[in-house]
Amino acid sequence: MIPAAFEYYRPTDMAGVIALLKEHGDDARVIAGGHSLIPMMKLRMAEVPHLIDLQAIEGLNGISIAGGTVKIGAMITQHEIINSAELEKAAPIMKEAALQIADPQVRYMGTIGGNVANGDPGNDMPGLMQCLNAQFHLVGSDGDRVVDARDFYEAAYMTDREDDEVLIAVSFAAPIGGFAYEKQKRKIGDYATAAAAVQISKEGGKVGAASIAMTNLSDTPIWSEAAGAALIGTACDEASVKAAVTAMLSDIDPTEDNRGPVAFKRHAAGIVLGRAIARAWSRA
Amino acid sequence: MSNKMHVKLNVNGEDHEFLAEPRELLIYALREKLNITGPHVGCETSHCGACTVTMNGKSVKSCTVFVAQANGAEVTTIEGLGNPDALHVLQENFKEHHGLQCGFCTPGMITRAAKLLEENPNPTEADVRFGIAGNICRCTGYQNIVKSILSAASEMNAAKEAAQ
Repeated sequence: MIPAAFEYYRPTDMAGVIALLKEHGDDARVIAGGHSLIPMMKLRMAEVPHLIDLQAIEGLNGISIAGGTVKIGAMITQHEIINSAELEKAAPIMKEAALQIADPQVRYMGTIGGNVANGDPGNDMPGLMQCLNAQFHLVGSDGDRVVDARDFYEAAYMTDREDDEVLIAVSFAAPIGGFAYEKQKRKIGDYATAAAAVQISKEGGKVGAASIAMTNLSDTPIWSEAAGAALIGTACDEASVKAAVTAMLSDIDPTEDNRGPVAFKRHAAGIVLGRAIARAWSRA
Repeated sequence: MSNKMHVKLNVNGEDHEFLAEPRELLIYALREKLNITGPHVGCETSHCGACTVTMNGKSVKSCTVFVAQANGAEVTTIEGLGNPDALHVLQENFKEHHGLQCGFCTPGMITRAAKLLEENPNPTEADVRFGIAGNICRCTGYQNIVKSILSAASEMNAAKEAAQ
């Protein structure tokens, strides 16, 4: 599997990246870890005449936690997410999710920036970013801007990012309460058949706040506001969990593929969400 | 478009320079340009791990790295871990515990295991299984691979203690 030929660039500052993107338009793509893009190029499902490697750009590989806000540079790998004690303390759901992505070798290379910017519905971090109500930081020739993760995804591989923009970081308020990322997959390394990201906080024995998002069950990640609302004020009892699952099921729109027919995916979605809510509540 | 670029790689401590198209995969540069044939081409789709090498301190599947990205990198392959006259402790233990049958996955398996033990010198059986989850073996059923890695870990730790 040999990809089409391309010109390779390794600029050392973001201005150089933006200039190349501006010059080559949609003939150019940036590459971080490359573990989504390279397989697509090898299959010739993606043709990238101008490949811009971000590895030499400084300032994209830090994790900062200050004033209750977590900010993660785009080039931070899943491996680094797993091994950051500081991040685990501030947002343990990040580690729990990252451990369920692909396999060890892929996690050394795969980055949070690539995972969220690529727009692949199978990626796990976009769903998690919905759950955490994260913000995506973009730079482009028209300057910097910040987009809510919940407004970023338009369709499979289609996002709000312009061709000459680069996603440089994600940020979110450090979550409070219990958490869970639950993923059903056929084997290690597979994308989710269904996955759920849940954060729940407890107030006086009841659910104070709840945020629920689903992965690979529509052509975009799905934040189910109604599913979270179904839990608020309840004791997270069986009936409330069932109501949350029912609400979630009316927000997703899975399609049949080699991971199963629609009915099976809806069934799996309900199971993973039930488990994720139970685990998050037990930790709240 | 198909212009070749000048590539520098340090492989197993030795500097190499050659011309390659940017799109060439690292595994082919190693095997066909440098004649370093320890890492194998298994699936060539990032699944099987037979092509695993260590690049700048990370275990990577060299079928999913363009040689252009690896330009300037330090790479370690199975050849850099041991040789027939001086086997690496992992190689000794794979031999001792019959951690292979056909042997095709073994270079990637051992290269990955070496990195795993470097990061976690006292792994549990579950740690080992999770740590080699990116390496597929279609012969052994993994039982003896896990045994070999755990045994190598205790041997390495005993040697470390004896040295202190």
